[in-house]
Amino acid sequence: MSEKFDVIVVGAGASGNAAAYTLARSGLKVLQIERGESPGAKNVQGAILYSDALERIIPDFREEAPLERHIIEQRMWVMDERSYVGTHFRSDDFNKPPYNRYTIIRARFDKWFSDKVKEAGALVICETTVKELLRDDAGKVIGVEVDRTDGRIYANLVILADGVNSTLARKAGFRPELDPRHVALAVKEIHFLPKDVIESRFNIQDEEGVVIEMMGKITHGMMGTGFLYTNSDSISVGVGCLLSDFMAQKITPYQLLEQLKAHSSVAPMLEGGEMKEYAAHLIPEGGYHAIPQIYGDGWMIVGDSGMFVNAVHREGSNLAMTTGRIAAETVIELNREGKAMSAANLARYRARLDDSFVMKDLKKYKDLPEIFDANKQFLTTYPSLLNRSAYDMLKVDGEDKRSKQKDIYRGFRAERGLMGLLGDAYKLWRAFR
Amino acid sequence: MNAKAVSIKVEDKLYQNRYLVDAGRPHIQIKDEAVCARCATRQCTVCCPAGCYEDGEGPVVLTTDGCLECGTCRVICTTHRNVEWEYPRGGYGIQFKFG
Repeated sequence: MSEKFDVIVVGAGASGNAAAYTLARSGLKVLQIERGESPGAKNVQGAILYSDALERIIPDFREEAPLERHIIEQRMWVMDERSYVGTHFRSDDFNKPPYNRYTIIRARFDKWFSDKVKEAGALVICETTVKELLRDDAGKVIGVEVDRTDGRIYANLVILADGVNSTLARKAGFRPELDPRHVALAVKEIHFLPKDVIESRFNIQDEEGVVIEMMGKITHGMMGTGFLYTNSDSISVGVGCLLSDFMAQKITPYQLLEQLKAHSSVAPMLEGGEMKEYAAHLIPEGGYHAIPQIYGDGWMIVGDSGMFVNAVHREGSNLAMTTGRIAAETVIELNREGKAMSAANLARYRARLDDSFVMKDLKKYKDLPEIFDANKQFLTTYPSLLNRSAYDMLKVDGEDKRSKQKDIYRGFRAERGLMGLLGDAYKLWRAFR
Repeated sequence: MNAKAVSIKVEDKLYQNRYLVDAGRPHIQIKDEAVCARCATRQCTVCCPAGCYEDGEGPVVLTTDGCLECGTCRVICTTHRNVEWEYPRGGYGIQFKFG
């Protein structure tokens, strides 16, 4: 391939597709390179799609994108071994178009998004792994080398949308190796069930969906959450914990998932389903402090590769699409002004992100990973106390409620101490304010 | 949620997945087996979600056929940095049907 491109986008996930689509639509000559057999074949997500981010790129996506169910109810369960204390939030407002969130199946969705990229005029090649970035004597990125014969391809700019592991950014020295404290390992299964069974089981109607987020003893004190999402005729169920915590535990990820599935509150929801895929993925959860340099001479980083995930709110694909879009818009603007793709000019990308919800949200929770890491009681002691308290207060056994309440209070004091309780309350307030 | 009551073979899970194995060209390699033989923690044998790393006498044994390409083994080998990790050649490896 001797021709030169305006931009090469590495990866056909959410961020790469957003960038390639936006660039190609503006008339730039774009090449997108994907290592999977087809777009989506290497991509794993929960998966929730937040409409807003995609709407800003493809306003009428709802008419044709493969969407599973729009979310009308979110459940949050704090669990111990035998029970959960939960909140359920269901709203009619979430049940009115335009819908705010959907469950999706990434392999299907990414294929559709990639078709839009092709329609917009980009050249998309699959089954091709980028081996390394090509640089000139001054260190400027001038293209990529792929694992095909005559595999050197040149461009004015390379956008790295190559995911959390970002082999390319690490090899080029743009980013250090991932810190086990900054990534969560999530494992997930998809279970197929008839549509009407899902709908009656979750108390929903056609196209309506429920998501359940779970925390507590199910992660054995590891920082992490479980999840269960309803798709059209399947259920995604999984669990993810910080890698640094997995390292200290002696439980395998698949055992952890089996235990979650066997919990008395989860098992009935999966009953009768047929498991058809088991997936694993790292999620960049280091937050604001973990974001690397995201631009330089001839290159930009978008999506997971730049650690753009809001772990607190389980938002990732929307940050991926937004960083992809904003990166592309920056390039389009520079191109229009006739400016070079230099580090100095591409600094506009970071400035735009700083002004967006992406950086503002990540900054808001910048200290949260450390606080939870240093205070395991939030994931073990409190869920246990909460569940025990609920059980005691609801059990009718001849003992008066005031005495029970005193026992519960004594239990909290005994486990954490008065100063511990106050300190924990302060820590939580500080982390979320 | 009794740990003992739940036993699972990861192979049964991986069996549901679709792979295009690049025979004879593993994309992940142990750099120095002697280092693994000395390793006290052997976290790879617990943390790998596909059970690719097998514990036993002597060095850890790596079989990459069921690899989910998550990157865990590389990231957790913090003390020794003994995992040579690349993506498979274009088109090979796990092909997620649903993802």
